[in-house]
Amino acid sequence: MKKKFKLEDLDCANCAAKMEDAIKKISGVTDANVSFMAQKMTVEAEDDRFDEIMKEVAAVCAKVEPDCKILM
Amino acid sequence: MTKKQKNMLYRIILAFVLLAALMVCEHLGIFGVLAGTWLLLPVYAVPYLIIGYDVIYKAARNIRNGQVFDENFLMMLATFGAFGVKEYSEAAAVMLFYQVGELFQSYAVGKSRQSIADMMDICPEYANVEQDGELVQVDPDDVEVGSMIVVKPGERIPLDGIVAEGESYVDTAALTGESVPRKAAVGEEIYSGCVNGSGTLKIRTTKEFDDSTVAKILELVENASSKKARTEKFITKFARYYTPIVTVGAVLLAFVPPLILGGGFGEWIRRACTFLVISCPCALVISVPLGFFGGIGASSRMGVLVKGGNFLEAVAEMTTIVFDKTGTLTKGEFKVTKILPASDGAGAKDESSGDLLELAALGEGYSNHPIAVSIREAYEEQGGKIDMERVAEAEEIAGHGICVRVDGREVLLGNEKLMQLKAIEYRPVSDAGTVVYAACEKHYLGALVISDVVKEGAEQAIRDMKKAGVKKCVMLTGDREVAAQAVASELGLDEVHAELLPGDKVSIVERLLQGQRGNEKLAFAGDGINDAPVLTRADIGIAMGSMGSDAAIEAADIVLMDDDVRKIAAVVKCARKTLCIVKQNIVFALGVKALVLILGALGMANMWEAVFADVGVAVIAIMNSMRALKMEGK
Repeated sequence: MKKKFKLEDLDCANCAAKMEDAIKKISGVTDANVSFMAQKMTVEAEDDRFDEIMKEVAAVCAKVEPDCKILM
Repeated sequence: MTKKQKNMLYRIILAFVLLAALMVCEHLGIFGVLAGTWLLLPVYAVPYLIIGYDVIYKAARNIRNGQVFDENFLMMLATFGAFGVKEYSEAAAVMLFYQVGELFQSYAVGKSRQSIADMMDICPEYANVEQDGELVQVDPDDVEVGSMIVVKPGERIPLDGIVAEGESYVDTAALTGESVPRKAAVGEEIYSGCVNGSGTLKIRTTKEFDDSTVAKILELVENASSKKARTEKFITKFARYYTPIVTVGAVLLAFVPPLILGGGFGEWIRRACTFLVISCPCALVISVPLGFFGGIGASSRMGVLVKGGNFLEAVAEMTTIVFDKTGTLTKGEFKVTKILPASDGAGAKDESSGDLLELAALGEGYSNHPIAVSIREAYEEQGGKIDMERVAEAEEIAGHGICVRVDGREVLLGNEKLMQLKAIEYRPVSDAGTVVYAACEKHYLGALVISDVVKEGAEQAIRDMKKAGVKKCVMLTGDREVAAQAVASELGLDEVHAELLPGDKVSIVERLLQGQRGNEKLAFAGDGINDAPVLTRADIGIAMGSMGSDAAIEAADIVLMDDDVRKIAAVVKCARKTLCIVKQNIVFALGVKALVLILGALGMANMWEAVFADVGVAVIAIMNSMRALKMEGK
């Protein structure tokens, strides 16, 4: 399943790249993309564990850039 | 400015005033014996903390989260280092300068993001649906296929459909880049995303919102940024190594020279601090994707959808382009292109071309064959009226043509075989296209040549592409050799392959691909009927958006929304400019950083210059990237 999320207060481009890397490393995530310009994140992951994976994604993002909020 | 940015501005002003006052005091010697001692530290810490408390807070928080090499931490380390060597005013000033730069950067990014958003502002917000005689605004997502929607003057058309009532001119600029409004009348197809002109339209929808043109375009553009160009990938990778390397360099610079050369650590720590300030790769990480984003945005404003930065990069390196003939270089509709009356010699009776056309049009009056239709159209265009009462006894001779009576005279219309069958003396015509011979009462009247017409601007398109640096233009077609050669010479193409079966196209493209050297790229442009395999095989697949099939648009990398081949050359230019801007940014940012690093190591650059090399360069690079967005098609 592929889903798009809006991001708020994503202020640095380097952080976006770091977030993308970190999300891709979560098991179950097939693809991820964090767009600094569009302030959007696309996550592609296993269907049945999607919600669980998204919790991990949020945790990882909070680690890299605590100011950035994912609007779910 | 956002609230956050305004807050920062107040902090900057406050810190600046305080710091300036302190520096003036120091200059005038007011601090007296205190100057140069540790006692001044708390004094300078006030403006420093006003401007930099969030940097320190974020740095501490990020270290706890295991993110060591982030710019906050590096800035903190650099300024603490400066405090350590008793450069109080410099420490506070550098932090101030850094925050000014950050503010600029955030403002510039916000601005460019806004202008991209404005450009992509083609999404309709509502649809007017008639319910119980009243107009109700609903979400376009909720409108079912086959519903009747009303579009008032000036409103955006929310869904694809067919005009059921009303007449208006619609502005298609957002989709095709075409500024001349298109007429919309009853029975015509209409696309979502266009803006309605002065008339009210009632439209019967033919697609759901998710499948309609506007939703598809938005999806394509949004996904475009996820397909990264080679340059972009390189920069991301580079950034990953750059920061740690520079930081390690700073540590080495701080401790190694004093240990070898002896002397104090102070000077070397100060130099190391300049290193730390430059170590953030932000200028590159922001400006490169922004440049590509701008280039894609500028192309979509011209009516060309580029599906990713990687394709924009590939187009800039395009040296060969392969065209499909029908629908791409030609219109794919038949027209009478030549009327050849037998006014001399062969025919016994002189007939003007008008009579020849009249008899042919009447003779073909009952047929629905595209050739017959084109003859009738040609006659009507000249002001003729087809009166079918004059026609009788139409008889089709399979594989040859027809025999009819017009005004009581026997008229023969057909190919060479028909002329031979009826033993009529005719003059063979060797023109490209389909030839219809006509005879009346056993006398040869002449011939009509019917062929597919070259698209307007196709010739100019080829010329522009050559000018833009495309070396080879190739045409592939399933059509006859003569017809293909005729089009090729009219357009000035370099290579033609005719009488091909669909499978042959792939093998020819593959052969051409093998002939490409190094980074040279090959593009294939087609209208998409049977073209999907070729579109995927070529480095760049270009599909015609309005004529092409959905499968072709899906398979293609670049879509020409209004099928205008001239736009290809425009995109090549746009791509070259975008790449040029991106390269400028890389060279400029890396160059300035390298220079300041060297000067810093030699003790010739101070922290001020380092801050400029960091945030100043980022701001300039962002502004340069914005030029990509402002590009015009022509």
